[in-house]
Amino acid sequence: MAHNQDGNQKQVHYVGDSRVRVNSKEMLPPDYSQFPGKTEQFFPDFLLKEWMVAAVFLVGFMTLVMAESPPLGDIADPTNTGFLPVPDWYFLFLYQLLKYKWAAGPFISIGIIVVPGLLFGGLMLAPFLDTSKERRPLKRPATTWIAILSLLGVIGLTWAAEAEHVIQVTSSAGTPAKDKKIVAEQDKGYELYKKNACIKCHGDKLQGVQGPPLLGVGDRLKGEDEKLTRKEIEHVIDNGRGAMPAGMFQGSEADKQVLLDWLMKQKQK
Amino acid sequence: MLRAVYKWVDERLDVTPIWRDVADHEVPEHVNPAHHFSAFIYCFGGLTFFVVMIQILSGMFLAMYYVPDIINAHASVKYLQTEVAMGTIVRGMHHWGASVAIVMLFLHTLRVFFTGSYKNPREFNWIVGVLIFFMMLGLGFTGYLLPWDNKAYFATKVGIQIAESVPFIGSYLATFLQGGDMVGATTIPRFYALHVFFLPAGLLGLLATHFILIRRQGISGPL
Repeated sequence: MAHNQDGNQKQVHYVGDSRVRVNSKEMLPPDYSQFPGKTEQFFPDFLLKEWMVAAVFLVGFMTLVMAESPPLGDIADPTNTGFLPVPDWYFLFLYQLLKYKWAAGPFISIGIIVVPGLLFGGLMLAPFLDTSKERRPLKRPATTWIAILSLLGVIGLTWAAEAEHVIQVTSSAGTPAKDKKIVAEQDKGYELYKKNACIKCHGDKLQGVQGPPLLGVGDRLKGEDEKLTRKEIEHVIDNGRGAMPAGMFQGSEADKQVLLDWLMKQKQK
Repeated sequence: MLRAVYKWVDERLDVTPIWRDVADHEVPEHVNPAHHFSAFIYCFGGLTFFVVMIQILSGMFLAMYYVPDIINAHASVKYLQTEVAMGTIVRGMHHWGASVAIVMLFLHTLRVFFTGSYKNPREFNWIVGVLIFFMMLGLGFTGYLLPWDNKAYFATKVGIQIAESVPFIGSYLATFLQGGDMVGATTIPRFYALHVFFLPAGLLGLLATHFILIRRQGISGPL
């Protein structure tokens, strides 16, 4: 600045007393004249349209935010052995991959280095692996197919992880029940529970013997906040799950509804 | 008056070229949804940036209430969500925005990949983009612990066990992430610092590089 004494006060160029070379070539935006069509000034024409897209997006986003309040569970309790951990959804594929025998234990290197390395390494090095000039996806089938298959793999793993988690949560003991008392012990539902085979595996106090405890089954959590529905419990009674065979309930349809009513009453305070 | 102020500033700071670099360029027809509706796929990158802005703004407000320690973390989030005016909304924006950002980023990656836009001469910008993806995943991982509820604690424990199983460097990685031998009192401030200082700094640097390269190279042509 101090050496800018050529009388030109219009613009100050800091290059005069620094070591930065004067760059006479301006950084002009590339010319799109080789693409036929209607180009548009970014400012203000196109920016206005971008803002409209952003506004529509924002309305949708805020609708989601207001419809679903963010979940907050109980304070972390490291001694809680019944809690089934689940990572955020975009890590599920890796979580699931590491459950498979061929990618865990002695083969952990496959699960943690080889497969993710191929996936993310391939993604990062894509421009150097696919060096052809061709850009249309159908004209470069190898690249496209590898990408689609990897994509399906990731989606499949995510889906498998989610499905497995739902099964685990519904059939696990869940968080140990605090209240050991059976709700409505005089109910006809308990009679039906005793008369059928339920009591053998789930215990006379719903404490669980070979099967999981049913204390608090009426508000047992499936996933994070979603509760088990009456329909889902009925599905288990009809079709069994895991070690539980199908058709364990021998009574009439009306009796089954009574039993379900009673099971749904088993809520923890 | 305004013109005079602009001239005064411009004489001293030479802002006109900056303005030219930021705003004065043309947008080709094939990326303009006003001309071809299918060009909406070119909006995903901009929307990702928009969500990142939402994350930064909502995160700054969350930081006014959040206390990164083992005793108060959960209580402060609970207070924020139940007592503070608009607390649920701001936390909701940050919570859901995290997922939406990943979705948008994923869609943007797919668009760039399947239109072959990563090819010569844009290889370097593709790598920067993949690094941005990793940064966002890191932000997701570190942010997940901060509410300090059961879900956060056990998910992070599993995540760190996975990091620990990496051959050779695993145990060092786990110690670095935990700040000790277990997920606990030292882990929260560590994840908090990573989540609000280290990773956003890296992210902003990468985003700046990403945008400068786009302006220098232009948008890739129509297929």
